[in-house]
Amino acid sequence: MRKVLWTSTFIGLSLMLSDAAMAASSGAVADKYKWLTFLVFGAIIGLTMFVTYRAAKQTHSTADFYAAGRSVSGIQNGWAIAGDYLSAASFLGIAGLISLYGYDGFMYSVGWLVAYITVLLLIAEPCRNIGKYTLGDILAFRNNPKASKTIAAVSTVLVSTFYLTAQMVGGGVLVKTLIGIDYTVSVIVVGILMLTYVVFGGMKATTWVQIIKAILLVTASILLVIFTWGKFGFSLPGFLQAAVDNPDIQAQVKKLLGESAANMAPADLGQRFLEPGLYLKSPIDQISLGMALVLGTAGMPHILMRFFTVPTAQDARKSVIWAMGIIGGFYVLTLFMGLGAAMNVTSAKIAALDAGGNMAAPLLAQYVGGGPDSMLGNLFLAFVAAVAFATIVAVVAGLVLASASAMSHDLYVGVFRGDHASPQEQVMAARVSTVIVGALAIYVGIAAQGQNVAHLVALAFAVAASSNLPAVFLTLYWKKTNTWGVVGGMLAGSLTAIYLVMISPNMSYPKAIIANANKVLDGTPEVTEAKPAVAASTGLCTLWAMEGCVAASPAVAVGPAKPGARAKLEAAKTELATLTDEAAKAAKQKEIEGLEKTIAKAEGDLKKWEGQTTSMMGFEKPKFMLKNPGLISIPVGFLVTILLSLFTRDRRSEEMWDELYVRQNTGIHAEGAVAH
Amino acid sequence: MAQEQTVNWAAIDNDPRFQALHKKKSGFLWGLMIFSVVYYFLLPIGAGYFPELFKIKVWGPVNVGILFALSEFIVAWGIAFIYSTRANRTFDAMTAEIAREAYNIK
Repeated sequence: MRKVLWTSTFIGLSLMLSDAAMAASSGAVADKYKWLTFLVFGAIIGLTMFVTYRAAKQTHSTADFYAAGRSVSGIQNGWAIAGDYLSAASFLGIAGLISLYGYDGFMYSVGWLVAYITVLLLIAEPCRNIGKYTLGDILAFRNNPKASKTIAAVSTVLVSTFYLTAQMVGGGVLVKTLIGIDYTVSVIVVGILMLTYVVFGGMKATTWVQIIKAILLVTASILLVIFTWGKFGFSLPGFLQAAVDNPDIQAQVKKLLGESAANMAPADLGQRFLEPGLYLKSPIDQISLGMALVLGTAGMPHILMRFFTVPTAQDARKSVIWAMGIIGGFYVLTLFMGLGAAMNVTSAKIAALDAGGNMAAPLLAQYVGGGPDSMLGNLFLAFVAAVAFATIVAVVAGLVLASASAMSHDLYVGVFRGDHASPQEQVMAARVSTVIVGALAIYVGIAAQGQNVAHLVALAFAVAASSNLPAVFLTLYWKKTNTWGVVGGMLAGSLTAIYLVMISPNMSYPKAIIANANKVLDGTPEVTEAKPAVAASTGLCTLWAMEGCVAASPAVAVGPAKPGARAKLEAAKTELATLTDEAAKAAKQKEIEGLEKTIAKAEGDLKKWEGQTTSMMGFEKPKFMLKNPGLISIPVGFLVTILLSLFTRDRRSEEMWDELYVRQNTGIHAEGAVAH
Repeated sequence: MAQEQTVNWAAIDNDPRFQALHKKKSGFLWGLMIFSVVYYFLLPIGAGYFPELFKIKVWGPVNVGILFALSEFIVAWGIAFIYSTRANRTFDAMTAEIAREAYNIK
């Protein structure tokens, strides 16, 4: 009976996918090779379904459901952490950033690895020693259980929702771009798959899905790097010299730099790709993001939860070491994948399919296999696409499990039932919460289609760093921390982070969008008077929009009016009529299509924002100048926790300190593994 | 569970062996943590405020910026290695002794 159910789920999902693909037309994979994609997708989904089926048979108790019976080994957990952490944003996103902007993309990846030093040194082992299933369990050890579990559950759901929304929307768009499946269908398929893993197989299935995904991801990356870097005998200078000499990379730098690149020699242009400053323009914003990454990762509920799946603190340590090896190794590989894609596929082609560069790795795979018209190329592309798909499902599964456990274990069992629920009731509550969270994730994914969600990942890390991390860290290491401090600090930290993002440049500001769209359509007027470059105001102006603050503007040279896209289209159309040469005609036709696309987009923007003058928060311009709020919100979270703890008394928090400190260090009475 | 009541946490906290572990571990962990944070933030600070330094070519097209970014990986792995070696060799043994004696420390 059970087997029938499993097989039918599998067949149902496969049919849904292939049905949608038949109807779909666009996408990176040519129609002729769509069947290949589904073969690879089917194989990977089948494998994960089989693992889930096995895991489901062993999932009975709450410890099984939330913590895989604490029987995951250190190495396995290390791979699972890597699988949980290397989301599509880092897998495809960082390779993409490198392919479009060179050095800055690589620099961006460093913080994601360094984050694990905090996890290793300060968080993993103590949490394993005193925790049970959730962030709430750690905080409730010495703080008021009901208050701390409530605030921990709220924060967990908040952080997971931000991250989850970004994953669902990003995933939907990605699958659409790769294989042309309709956005809504792919969100639903991701949701149903993830729900199947988590509801039936709990943490055990989630762990294995993440391990499988991580292995596939690392294998695919190593293969791609062997093909692209091997040509140069694995010489670093040789590979980089080829990048510097590459005319496409030189053209990309020229495009990025604009007029200031007019007098640069080709070799200098190429070398510029390996220097900082093409993408990350604000160092303060970078530092703010770095703070959120380095402290936020250790406060991510779905990462914390992974440490409860291993038998001992030593295994927790071992798992972080493995995770650091895998994650770091992967980011080093992205340097070669990104530059390889820029050289072989070209930045222009990558950006044409996806402005954020997400298609760099998949297109590189296609190139390595022999190009868009070859069978092998499409097989490689299908493989990378399937890995990307598995990535989204695995990350989403971890996030849903984390928020479901906060809802069922912390809120329902801990707060509403006062810790008096039978084991059966607890497992039931866990499964029901999973379905609720999963359904919500699907709904949010569909509702947020087309929304600007890129900032949500940064926001998730900022909230985790400003709210969860101060609470966990101070509870573990500072004797005076108490319930008031934890609750107040978490509220202050998370609200500050959210508020700052809502008044930051991440939001959409209609006036700027409309002005930009008009400029695209109608061009710029003639310049009769040259203006020198203006440097941006320094000091507090880098943080807040205030009276007298000046934004940076480039030098303007005297010159004639520049035509907009509309005028260019007219001109191109007249020119097309006069052309006779077939090749020139085709090129012109392509140019016309590009211009029509640009115009359609700008007109769409104008229509969408027509009549609006202010952002969601009622501002015409950003008030807070950084995209990442961590610089302000992390100190706020820490300060409020410390000050409230100093000025209030809480007997339980004081009395439990000795026990907590001894136990977090020694692991005496730590939750043991469950024997099967 | 019955045994749980017999552990005197305050006594363990005051036990010289636990105090020794606490001292050794805290100093070591804070040292590593501060070093790694400082080293990490040198990267965005260097790229943002000292771009000329990062542009200096040292090995063909390989410049200071690329080497520094790569060194971040080496340093992160190095810290992980140093910590795990020390924890496996020293801290685990000290912890095991305290855990063994837990019920006798009064």
